[in-house]
Parts: sequence; structure tokens; C-alpha cells
Amino acid sequence: MAERSFAREVEDLKLGEGEIFRGEGILAITKALLQSGVSYVGGYQGSPISHLMDVLADAKDIMEDLGVHFETSASEAAAAAMLSASVMYPVRGAVTWKSTAGTNVASDALSNLSSGGVNGGALIILGEDFGEGSSIMQERSHAFAMKSQMWLLDPRPNLPSMVQAVEDGFQLSEASNTPVMLEVRIRACHVHGQFTAKNNKRPDFTLKQALENPVRDVNRIVLPPANFMQDKDKLERRWPAAVNFIKEKKLNEFFGPEEGEIGIITLGGLYNGVMRGLQQLGLADVYGNSSIPIYVMNVAYPTIDDEVIDFCLGKKAVIMVEEGAPEYVEQTLHTLMRRRDIQTRLHGKDILPLGGEYTAPVMMKGLKTFVEMYDRLLLGNQPPVPDPTPILNDPKVKALAEVVPARPAGFCTGCPERPIFAAMKLVEKELGEHHVSADIGCHLFSILPPFNIGGTTMGYGLGPASASAFNVEADKRSIAVMGDGGFWHNGLATSIGNAVFNKQDGVILVVDNFYSAATGGQDILSSRAINPNRKTNNSIVNAVKGIGATWVRQIDRTYDVAKMRDTLKEALTTKEKGPKIIVASSECMLNKQRRIKPQFAKAVKDGKRMVKERFGVDEDVCTGDHACIRLSGCPSLSVKHTDDPLKDDPVAAIDNSCVGCGNCGEVSEAAVLCPSFYRADVIHNPTGWDKFMSNLRSKVIGWLQARRAAGRIVFAD
Amino acid sequence: MNETVNLKTLMASDKPLTLAIMAMGGQGGGVLADWIVGLAEEQGWMAQSTSVPGVAQRTGATIYYIEMLPARDGVAPIFSLMPTPGDVDVVLAAELMEAGRSVLRGLVTPDRTTLIASTHRSFAVGEKEKPGDGIGDPTVVVGATDFAAKRTIAFDMDTLALKNGSVISSSMFGALAAADVLPFPKEAFEATIRGGGKGVEPSLKAFNAAYDRAKAKPREEIASSPPKRFDAMPETAGHPDLDRLVHRLRAEFPEVAWPLLFAGIKKLTDFQDPAYADEYLDRVGKLYALDRTNSGESHDYAFTVQSAKYVAVAMAYDDVIRVADLKTRGSRFNRVRNEVGVKQDQILYMTEYMHPRMEEVCGTLPKGLGLWIENSPKLFAWLDRRINKGRRVQTGTLFWFISLYIVAALRRTRRGTLRHLREAEHREAWLVSATSLLSRNYDLAVEVINNRRLVKGYSDTHARGLSKFDRVMSALSSLSGREDGAVWMKRLRQAALLDENGIALDGALKTVATL
Repeated sequence: MAERSFAREVEDLKLGEGEIFRGEGILAITKALLQSGVSYVGGYQGSPISHLMDVLADAKDIMEDLGVHFETSASEAAAAAMLSASVMYPVRGAVTWKSTAGTNVASDALSNLSSGGVNGGALIILGEDFGEGSSIMQERSHAFAMKSQMWLLDPRPNLPSMVQAVEDGFQLSEASNTPVMLEVRIRACHVHGQFTAKNNKRPDFTLKQALENPVRDVNRIVLPPANFMQDKDKLERRWPAAVNFIKEKKLNEFFGPEEGEIGIITLGGLYNGVMRGLQQLGLADVYGNSSIPIYVMNVAYPTIDDEVIDFCLGKKAVIMVEEGAPEYVEQTLHTLMRRRDIQTRLHGKDILPLGGEYTAPVMMKGLKTFVEMYDRLLLGNQPPVPDPTPILNDPKVKALAEVVPARPAGFCTGCPERPIFAAMKLVEKELGEHHVSADIGCHLFSILPPFNIGGTTMGYGLGPASASAFNVEADKRSIAVMGDGGFWHNGLATSIGNAVFNKQDGVILVVDNFYSAATGGQDILSSRAINPNRKTNNSIVNAVKGIGATWVRQIDRTYDVAKMRDTLKEALTTKEKGPKIIVASSECMLNKQRRIKPQFAKAVKDGKRMVKERFGVDEDVCTGDHACIRLSGCPSLSVKHTDDPLKDDPVAAIDNSCVGCGNCGEVSEAAVLCPSFYRADVIHNPTGWDKFMSNLRSKVIGWLQARRAAGRIVFAD
Repeated sequence: MNETVNLKTLMASDKPLTLAIMAMGGQGGGVLADWIVGLAEEQGWMAQSTSVPGVAQRTGATIYYIEMLPARDGVAPIFSLMPTPGDVDVVLAAELMEAGRSVLRGLVTPDRTTLIASTHRSFAVGEKEKPGDGIGDPTVVVGATDFAAKRTIAFDMDTLALKNGSVISSSMFGALAAADVLPFPKEAFEATIRGGGKGVEPSLKAFNAAYDRAKAKPREEIASSPPKRFDAMPETAGHPDLDRLVHRLRAEFPEVAWPLLFAGIKKLTDFQDPAYADEYLDRVGKLYALDRTNSGESHDYAFTVQSAKYVAVAMAYDDVIRVADLKTRGSRFNRVRNEVGVKQDQILYMTEYMHPRMEEVCGTLPKGLGLWIENSPKLFAWLDRRINKGRRVQTGTLFWFISLYIVAALRRTRRGTLRHLREAEHREAWLVSATSLLSRNYDLAVEVINNRRLVKGYSDTHARGLSKFDRVMSALSSLSGREDGAVWMKRLRQAALLDENGIALDGALKTVATL
């Protein structure tokens, strides 16, 4: 982790027995890992679990003290494969990633892992990126649990429950020789709460011991005939063992009255929403008292048949609350109740929505319908529920929809990727539009205004591979964009190797910003920083050449829009066949500013001569066409109304957040826009020579300016 | 049944206090949420905050949500992880449109919500990128928030924070303290800021400034767009030429046209000289005479007023001489110093990003010479290869300053340049189209004058503006006979200002063709 320090959060990891931890959910889980005697941790960063990785990367001393090995895995597949350490040895391991995106990548290793089984506890912490704030396709990780018979925990979203789930998860994994997934949703990861800490625990059995005393068992390897035996073992021994453990340890919970006409079954992660819905209906209070029996599945998979049957028997109807499609648990319960011939009616997604986030209003509405169907009296005289619809239907509020602009996330101020897409737009003006395959990363913001570039995205590091069908004779070539993060994650082999081998006649643009920027600025193989714990500074250009690419161009300053444009043009028009690879490199501005701002301030304080650059717009030169903005979209380049009665449209303006990256000037120069932009260089702590020259120049310039002003006949301003 | 009733009587009616923070990434919404949670915990309450931030991106709209309630008999309350529309006590919006968004999401309702909003604007890309004025009307937001909120505290908390050397989270925390919606004393808020340990003094300063401001004047008036500056006409301007211009203006024109005419002569004396402003009054004078004979009085001389504006705009075209002049002025040097905030012991240099082409050079040459070069393609291309490239002009150094100073001095010969000839031709053609309509369709004639708004910018942008102007004007023949011709012409112009490539304009022209 290069430019951002997590030193404060690391302190939270040191809390001992009985101390109160106050902080985010994902940090609580991180602490819980250390309390559980974990031996090794790996993973791939991504929202919402990045902080787990970031904080552990900064917690080297703690990890060394405890003898824990931490690794920033190259991909989720690498992380999942890491868990194989727990196959033969009694060591606890945990890995984490964003799901389902990461679970897709990891699923090869996960299938092998769950088929052979584990001896040591293997825990997979899934940041379930679902609902508002999610940046990926809306799917459920649940499917992976079902297809591989891995167990899936979905604890109630409060810190004590999530921390408990970590310890339970390891024990369950060991008791059933099966890897366990722990699912935490976005808001649960970012929830602030508290729990009572325990001491961190050194692992009982170390990796060193394992390495020095190797053990093997051919039956754990997925190859016939062992794979058939594993299947049998999984279903006949490991599954029942898991069910027994879950029952005995009471991992699932019951709330509310013992008896009732109706009941609610909910996944743990949705418990708070269910309770808020019930509270609004007058059926529960904020302290957890409910007038309807609730069965909370903190274990989403496997289903504990006996618990479900006990809960349903004697009730007229129950409703299953699970988010996302399809309704896996509901289907399981239907099968179960049919097999056991239970006549309790089961509802779920016939009442609740098939997809989308189960917000409190959604829960409230669904539960109300359910209660009305079976136990209307329970609702009593129905207190008014929160309802903004009269407000939303008012014309004054409806008018807002026309005025309030969409505000998606976009490139930061001074982002080095902006000039790349500005150059692409300029090329587009000359050579026409091209098919552009996009990838995952910050650069995907190119699909939004003002750039509107990029047609598809197929996965991390798959941009160029997703253009591979277009390897045919045509008057235009395809362009594929891929970030440095995607390049090292998967792209080198899957996209570049594929393109080289198949002689893919297209342009591949690798956006190299020195970090895995979109996930929070973590170091990767080609990062330029010196990281004592990792080997950085591995060149992307060398890598692609090593894999056989021949047409390779390196651009060391993406802000050079003219060069960027000309290189792209060359790549699109050259006679040479095969992939044309452009590596466009400039440091992520967010991280660069984190790095250089303190350095600059210190140098100025120490009296060193420093030059600070920023940009500005001459208001009276600007004509308010905003062509510059359509080639930039920089947050610091904005517009303002002018009081000049002869000007109709707002003029461009640059605010104080400008970091002086130079994009505006370069773009207006390359696109021949207008001469309104200027760069202001402010010399801090000027030298004697600076002062002398400045004085001399000011005198001559001042004299000339005064001379001209005196000759001008104008109205006083 | 009895059991249910008993259960219900056991239930507490306590409800958590709920707060939502609407912010943009990078605005410090997380800091504000942490302060509020810290404050509540410090006061013995249980508090929970949630957010859905992306990890790194800095610009998107985002929401933080907080619930708080004291624990009861050691039982922790169960908090929701997301706001329920219609069930929020306090909404803190860190920008005006985000306040609007909170209303649209149903988070602000008259029965309970106190809205604390900063009225400053941070424009979205969609607003900025329009070739015309794409800025959303703030009065619509104010209308909706006034209607939806129980109580509103709204002023520019961003500027106030900056003035006090801090950021908006501090001033919003101050406004929250002043709103008296949390049952905690002001000192507790201050103690929370001190507990943070970072930038404590500026934060406290901004906190207190916002607190006082929110108590004294919780609302700020907002206009749809800032007013234009119309200077009062001076009795004497200090030079007989200028006084003569003002005198002519008063004597020859109706009062309704004075403000724009004065802006026009001011602009044109600055652009060229008083004689040029005199030409301007001549030109508008002729238009006014026509206006009068075509019952302009019954239209409040709209044709003259709009001509006063756009003839001035057309005569003060943007050429190389003008740019060199503006860039080398002493007043400009001072303005940049102020904007950038250069301190006494610091030195400022400016670098201009210029990209002259042979077209601009020819435009600046005497018309005969300019035309001759333009008509010699080989020579033109040869020269263009030498001229046409980006240049970084360091206006603060003697070589570059004097170069620009000399270009600016070409002002004296401007009337003989090729560009001037072209501008004059274009202007006259435009005015002829307008005046020829005056007797038949007065309103349409005014709209033709207004179409000059489309011509702006430099180089390609200027060419694109001209082509949009031509395309809009191409509908003139089919509109001139229609009573609603002016309405359509206005629509066409608005469509032309919606996007760069004129897609909306194409659509509008097709519609006009079907009329």
C-alpha cells in the first residue's frame, strides 16, 4: 500500500481482551481473523473488502509477531489456490475478494479445494457487492456454495455477529473438512459499530512446521478414482458433519415468540432490514422484540432441515426473505416441505421482488402483504408508516427530476487517463468511430460523458481478449483498453498472449498509472514505488515484448495529448499486422498528490525554491463554447455565469482544486481550441537571480503596459 | 391472541434519530459521519453509520447514513443500514443539487426532516459540457426543498469553510449544532472536533462561523442566475470622444436600449477605439430607424435592443489582435495574481497555450495580401507547416511579451485586415436577412438577430459555430411566412446549443421541414 497510511487502523488490530473495538465492519473481521489464530491471509483488493487487505499490508509488525503470512495475491484465483495450504496441514487460512466478480475468477481453485476438502480451517470472506453502491453485475454468491457444497455464512450485520461468524467459520470448516465462505454485504463492510475484543492468537501449528514436515494423501487430489470418492465423502460424511456442527453450536438463531400463526425466515444479513420493516408495521421494536417468530439463517448454506421443519410445523404460513435472484433458499425449502409433506404455506419471491436490493420499504411492504394474508389482526389499527409518495408526486418535486443532474463517479482532478481519452476523441474526429473494448478499472469511466468511449466490458484483464473476434480484414481496427491492474491480474496471458498468438490485428492500449488505482491505490508489479515487502518496478513493456509482441510503444507522459493522438493514429493505420500495443504511463494523480503534497509543503517550509503550477482561464478570452470541457470533464474545470451583459453563455473557469496537470492546456493546443488557458507558475522562495530577473522584466513590461494604457481612450471600468 | 397483545404492550416505542449525509466523493462526508457518530458515542448513545463509497473515485454522488439511540437496559438497538424514505430526521446535503437529490429520493418530508444544505454549486459534467448554458435552475431546487422540508438551514457552507481555512465538513457540523436537532450541547460538538486531532483550529473556526451564521441568518436567497452588470452612464467620461458617444446615445436612441448600447460602446472602444464605437451607433441607428417605421414602439423596440447587443458582439469579434491585447494588459496580470493568490514574496509567471494556424495569420494580414496567400494553396501550405503548431507563450518574459505586444499593436491597422473584411461581410448579410423580415414578421426578425449567439469561439469551434448559424438560418425561408416562425426559430437555436455535433439541431430542422 503505497501512498495511504492505515497506521491508525492498525492500532485497532492490537486491542486485547475486554477492550472495546470501535470501527468499520470489515476491520472488525480483520481483527477477528487475528483472534482466531489464522496462519495466512491472502486476497485481491476491491470494494467493499479493500480495507482488509490495506490494513494487513500496513500491519507488518503485528503479523510478524503472530507469525502470520500475508500476501497480496495476483488475482482471486491465486488467493483461492493459496488455501490449499489447509488441505493437508492443520493451519487456518483466510482469503478475501469482491464477489461475485472475484468468485468467478477463483472458482477453478475453489472447486478443487472443496472437492478434496481441508484439514485446517479455510475461510473465504466475500464482499457481496450487491445493491446500491455496487459496481458489478447483480448476482448471488450463493450459487457457488451450492454447486461446490461449500458452506456459506451470512451473519447478522452487526460487529459482534460478524466477528463471531469468523471464529464459527473456522470451526465449521475444520469440523466438516470443508472450506467456508463468509458473505458480508457492502453496507455491512462499511458499518460503524463496536464489539468487545479478545487477545490475538498465534497459530498452534505453523506454516514452517508444515513446510518442514510435508504430508501427502493422493485421495485429496482431484483425479479418478479419488474424485468420485470425494463426491461421496462430501455428501455422506462432510455434509452431515456440517449440519450437526451448525445445530449443536446454534449458529442459526430464533427470535420472537415461541408460537405463532405465521413466521419469518430470513438470511442473517437481511435481519436488520426485516426488523425495521416490522418496527414500522408496529410488529417489533428497535431493541429486537418481535411479535412474529423469526428464524435467522446465519448459515445460508447448507439448510438445516430439522430446524426449518420445527419452525414451520404448526404455523399456517412462513415467508422466506432472501435478496437477489434466483430464490435458491426458497426452492430448497419447497423441496424439503414437499418431501416431508408439511402443509405450511411457504412464501417468498411471490410476494417480495424477484431482484434488487431489499430496502426497508421493500421489506415493510412485503411483510405487510404477508401478514395481511394470514394474520390480519396482528397488524392492529395500523399506525401510519413512513410514506414520501405525496411529496414525490407534487409538481414542485417532480420538476426536480429535470434539474438534478446525474452524478456518477468519474475521473479525479488531474487524472492521467483523461488526456488518453481526449486523444482518442481527437483521433475519432479524424478517423471516425472505432469499436472499443473496455475493461475493468478507473479507465472504464471513459464510457460516460464527456468521452462516451467504449462498447463492452467482459471482465478484469479481458479487454483485448474481448476484441479478438474482430481479427478480420476491415478498413478499421478494433481498439481495446486495459489497465495495469487488469494487465497483471489476468491480461498478460489471457489478452496479450492471446492477441500475439492469434496475430490479433488491433490496437491494445494499456493504461499504466503505477497502482491498482480503482481499488484504492495498492501497489502492483509495475508500480514505480520502492516497496520493501514486494518486488515492484517490473516493466509492462518488457512483459509484452517477452511474450512476443513486436509493435510496442511506451508513452511516458500521458498528458502529452498530441503525442498520444499521433501514436494512436499510427497504431490504427500502420501496415504492420498483429497487436499494436501502446503503454500509456503517468502516475495516478490521487496517489501522486498524497505523495508529493507533504513533500512540497516541507520543501517550501525549509526555504527551498519550489514552483507550484496551476491553470486558469482568461474570462474575457473565453467565448463559452465549452469545447474544452467536452474533451476533459475534469472536476476542477468548470463553468461560471459572467456579469458581462454581452455574453449569453457561462464561461469556463478553473477552481483552486486544480493540481496543474496540464491537460487543459495540452488539449486546447492539440485540438486547436482557443487561447483562453494559461498556466500560472508560482515560485516559492525565489532565489536572488529569480528576483533580479523578475524585477527587470516587471519594470520593462510595466512600462510598456502603462504606455499603452495611457494611449487608450476607454470608459473607466 | 392474548399473547400477541401482551407482547405488543411490552414493545418499546423508541425510535432512533436518523441522519443522512448527501455528498460527493472527496467532500469529507465520511469525516462528518465519523464526527456525528463519535459525538453520539461520547454522549453515551449507541450510534451506527453506514456508507456505500467506491474506494477511490472522487466525484460521484454518495450517501452516508447514521442512526443513534441510547442503549436500554444494556440491550443494543437494532439499527437499519439504509434510510427509509419518509423516515429521516436530518438531511445534510453538501451541495445544492445533492439537496435536490435527497428530496427526489424521498428522504426529506415535511413531518420530520430538518434539511441542512450548502447552497454552493459543483456542476456535473452534463451541465458543463453543453455548448450553451446547461446549468440547472437552482430556484427549482429551492422550491422543492422549501416544500418538502420541515425546516431548512441553507447557505454557502463551502465558501464559509474555505474562508476559515477549513473544509465543508466543519461548517456543516457547525450548522448541525446550530439546528438544535441533536440533544447535545455545542461544547460537545467542539470537543468531538478536538478529539479528531487533525486541523483542529481551522475546523473549529469554520464550525463556529457556520454555527453563528446558521443562528443569525439560516437562509440565503438564491436567484436563477447571477444578474448582469449594467453600468450607470457617466455624465462625463473624461474624454470628449467618449462624452460625445454617450451624448449621441442619449439623444438618438430610446431609453429601453440604453443599457445595452452603453455596454456596446464600452466594449467597442476597448476593442478598437471611439471611432469604431461611433460606427456601431451608426449601424444600430439605421436599424432603429427601420424599427420605428415598422411599429417597433409597440414591441418596445425589441429589434433595436437585441441589435444593440448582438451588433456589438459581432463587431467585437475574437481575433489574434484581441487575444494578444487582452493577454498583455496590466489589469490582466493583476487579475491572475489575485486569482492564483500570489503572495508578496512569491514570483508569478504565466504560460499561454496558443496554437496559431495560417488561417489566423492570413486574417491578420492586409486583405489583399491575405487573400493572395489563401489563393495560393502551395504557398499557404508551406507557410502553414511553419506556423501551425502549439506554442507555449511565456507572457512574463521579455521576448514573448514584446511579441504579443507588437501583435496587439496591429489594432491600428485592424480595419484593413482580411478578417475584418470577412466579419463585416458576414455581419451585413445577417443584418440584411433580419431587416428584410422586419415589415413581414417582426418577431422572427428579432430571433434572427438573436441567432448571432451561435457564432463564438476560435478556430474549429468558430467554424462549427458558423455552420450551426448557417443551418439554423437555412430554415428562414420556410419560417418567414409563418406567424409562429419566431417560436420555431428560437427552438432551433436552443437545439443548436444542446450538443456539439448538432444532433438535436438536425432533429429540430427535420421537424421544421414537416411543418
